[in-house]
Amino acid sequence: MRVAVIKYNAGNIQSLLFTLARIEGLEVLVSDRAEVIQGADKVIFPGVGEASSAMESLRAAQLDRIIRDLRQPFLGICLGMQLMSRKSEENETTCLDIFEGEVKKFEAVSAAEGLALKVPHMGWNKLTNLRGDLFAKVAEGSFAYFVHSYYAALTVDTIATCSHGEAFSAALQKGNYYGVQFHPEKSAETGLQILKNFLAL
Amino acid sequence: MLTKRIIPCLDIKDGQTVKGINFVNLRQAGDPVALAARYAHEGADELVFLDITATVEKRKTLAELVRRVAQQINIPFTVGGGIGQVDDVRLLLQSGADKVSINSAAVRRPVLIDELAREFGSQCVVLAADTNLVEGEWFVFTHGGRRATHLKLKDWLREAVDRGAGEILLTSMAHDGTKQGFANALTAEVSEMLPVPLIASGGAGTMAHFGEVFQEGKADAALAASVFHFGEIPIPALKKYLETLEIPVRI
Repeated sequence: MRVAVIKYNAGNIQSLLFTLARIEGLEVLVSDRAEVIQGADKVIFPGVGEASSAMESLRAAQLDRIIRDLRQPFLGICLGMQLMSRKSEENETTCLDIFEGEVKKFEAVSAAEGLALKVPHMGWNKLTNLRGDLFAKVAEGSFAYFVHSYYAALTVDTIATCSHGEAFSAALQKGNYYGVQFHPEKSAETGLQILKNFLAL
Repeated sequence: MLTKRIIPCLDIKDGQTVKGINFVNLRQAGDPVALAARYAHEGADELVFLDITATVEKRKTLAELVRRVAQQINIPFTVGGGIGQVDDVRLLLQSGADKVSINSAAVRRPVLIDELAREFGSQCVVLAADTNLVEGEWFVFTHGGRRATHLKLKDWLREAVDRGAGEILLTSMAHDGTKQGFANALTAEVSEMLPVPLIASGGAGTMAHFGEVFQEGKADAALAASVFHFGEIPIPALKKYLETLEIPVRI
């Protein structure tokens, strides 16, 4: 199976590549070339960093249009997922407009609970309200590793939730497009199972 | 709810763990890769590798080691020790580290924090600070605690976070190695003052000490070395204990 990992100006992907290398039967191609991405069986869209510069980098390579026209299973991770929303509060960035809803910044004080919150939301937190094949064999309440200061609100596309002061989307899906806010490549056995589930779609 | 993290720390010299390690059934006791895999399997939430290799030419050994560890484990890990510039960090991240911790070099040249945050993002910049009380005031020490500075701890940590540090690793030198418990009052004060997560380090001796540093010390994570290496506190037992105190942990 050919897996394309989209290369653009958004952070370190070595951990992801090492994790994919542990899964048998994959040919992993890190690329920003349209024909490689379009010709892959699965596409992974990683990302760590800042939204507006990441979107600029995608547009400069015309990857924004290519991504929106893909038909194969597509998985955005962390910032990758956020960029698949309509827009992000992070530097008021217009994003890829695949998922419903917007990306907002965590408030340092929780409106719901009135407690001081640490931002970034960094560490292991529970995945809840799991829906669909991406979470096959993953128990409700399993833990995943998160690092982020912005979050996607709950929408009709939400297929997993998490909470940090308030509930947010831990994962989103629309058609062949999937996104996870956590890092499956850093989430021990749970994360590996989710990656395997994605690759089995 | 975000869980409290348990973080074993391995001291590395020339690619091997420095302290004697007492894991049963582990043949290569000094092999950091085997240890890392073991800790990950036992439920460690993250790992920290602290390189105490003295010479620059041997630093390449560290990048190789980081690569071997990263190929084995799928929990986050941080590498620190001797990091002075952006290129050092790039090499470690390209080798598979998730975060780096900086200490003396940031004190010497604080703009290093800005450079790293801009280049790689705050999420991978851990500012480590060693501190001790001097006439009633907490000051920052560098060079493994050997060198005093004029920096007041709280001023320095605020500055570091403003410059882009995404996490703080705080070690109270007076508590480190004593096994008498963490510096809970200081930890609480610093944790409540800062918007970013705080890792408490220094003083772990019993499971109760971990409970205290989370409940009284308001720490987001606790780091320890010898109590884990020598098998005095197995991580699964520690997490079960913390759960009985209703402290959220990943089990």
